Amino acid sequence: MRTATRINDRLAADVDGAFPELVLAYQDRLYSGIRSYVGSADAEDVTQEAFIRAHRALQSYNREQVETLQVSPWLWTIALNLCRNWARTKSRRPQTRQLTFDQAGADATELTAIEAAMLDGWKQRLESLSEAQRTAVVLRHVVGLSYLEISTVTHRPVGTAKTDVSRGLAALRKIITEEGLQ
Amino acid sequence: MNDIVQQLEGLATTAPETLTASVLVATGSGRFYTTVPGPTGELLVGWSSAGIYAVAPVSELARFLEEHTTGGLGPISKDLPSKQRRQVAAALESGKLGGLAVDLSGLTEFQQAVLRKTADIPPGQLRPYGWVAREIGKPGATRAVGSALNRNPVPVLIPCHRVGRSDGTVGQYAYGPEMKRSLLRAEGLDPDAVDEAASRGVRYLGSATTKIYCHPTCHHARRIKEANRVELVDAAKAERAGFRACLVCRPAVAA
Repeated sequence: MRTATRINDRLAADVDGAFPELVLAYQDRLYSGIRSYVGSADAEDVTQEAFIRAHRALQSYNREQVETLQVSPWLWTIALNLCRNWARTKSRRPQTRQLTFDQAGADATELTAIEAAMLDGWKQRLESLSEAQRTAVVLRHVVGLSYLEISTVTHRPVGTAKTDVSRGLAALRKIITEEGLQ
Repeated sequence: MNDIVQQLEGLATTAPETLTASVLVATGSGRFYTTVPGPTGELLVGWSSAGIYAVAPVSELARFLEEHTTGGLGPISKDLPSKQRRQVAAALESGKLGGLAVDLSGLTEFQQAVLRKTADIPPGQLRPYGWVAREIGKPGATRAVGSALNRNPVPVLIPCHRVGRSDGTVGQYAYGPEMKRSLLRAEGLDPDAVDEAASRGVRYLGSATTKIYCHPTCHHARRIKEANRVELVDAAKAERAGFRACLVCRPAVAA
């Protein structure tokens, strides 16, 4: 955790000066995890919003709060809130979830149709998990957080975080098997 | 489960290239740059929320972008916020910093002291390196003053072009002596006349009526009528001849 401690100190000394470093260090993981929640069309916007909220929060914290911040779980708490808000907004204005080839082609990140279909498939499978299992699986295996960090995000004991991941994986296995039988 | 874990790990990707810049622009953090018209041509101006951190001629763009990276990310092209834009324009127009914030945080205390003192030199006037050294209380550090000014991150705004050699000549400049001479010319000072007087050994000008002596480019020196103007070769001789140092430009007082 040496790196994390050092970025805390730099953020505490100068939020704006150190913030680019935070963005560069976390943007890939944040974007990947968020994309598995909201899909590739909105992932960039949601990730940007997460960083903007993080920046705003850092400006309002006192020095001690910044120095003791657990950066990665804290960022994920912000990001997951936005993902849940996004899902709520989307369900109020329902859209077809089937990704057409046209949509895939218009995607800013230029995924191939196969990649886009695969991403959408995983997004839908993950959506069918319980909230706790979905969060634990994404943070563990897409983002690569430790169980300790996951338990900080979800406010559940470390043992429960482990169980959430393994039950989540088992549920995904069952879904894939059922898909194969169809 | 391994196949599932592998596929989930395969969902990890890199963020779109546009994300970093849009986040830094939206939060106003990070380093930005823009160009502004300067007294002798377009200038690159690097800015952040902490103030202006760099100034360079536009011809230096490639080096500028390379020098000011943050974790491999170069400064982002973005116009100054309107308040800073007005302050930069006013500083370039008046030749004085005014309320403009400059970010000298990466420099040593000595370098900062040199630059802050240099910022006080009025437009169209020249002071020797040794004068800056003495004014900041480091009379022996003439050469260190020269190298601090050579590495001035915000030239033109902090007018290191107004500091010259101890022999009274205009001297060198980080972007070449011609730019220094052009900047002085734009402020109404003739660098050739400065060098010519210096080559004749003139270091100070005194007034025969007031018995005050000044740096040759001090505005009080320039008001002396030609008939009363006395050319002086050093401070000790001036003092012996009954002159006292100008309280504004504070020429060397004999040791």
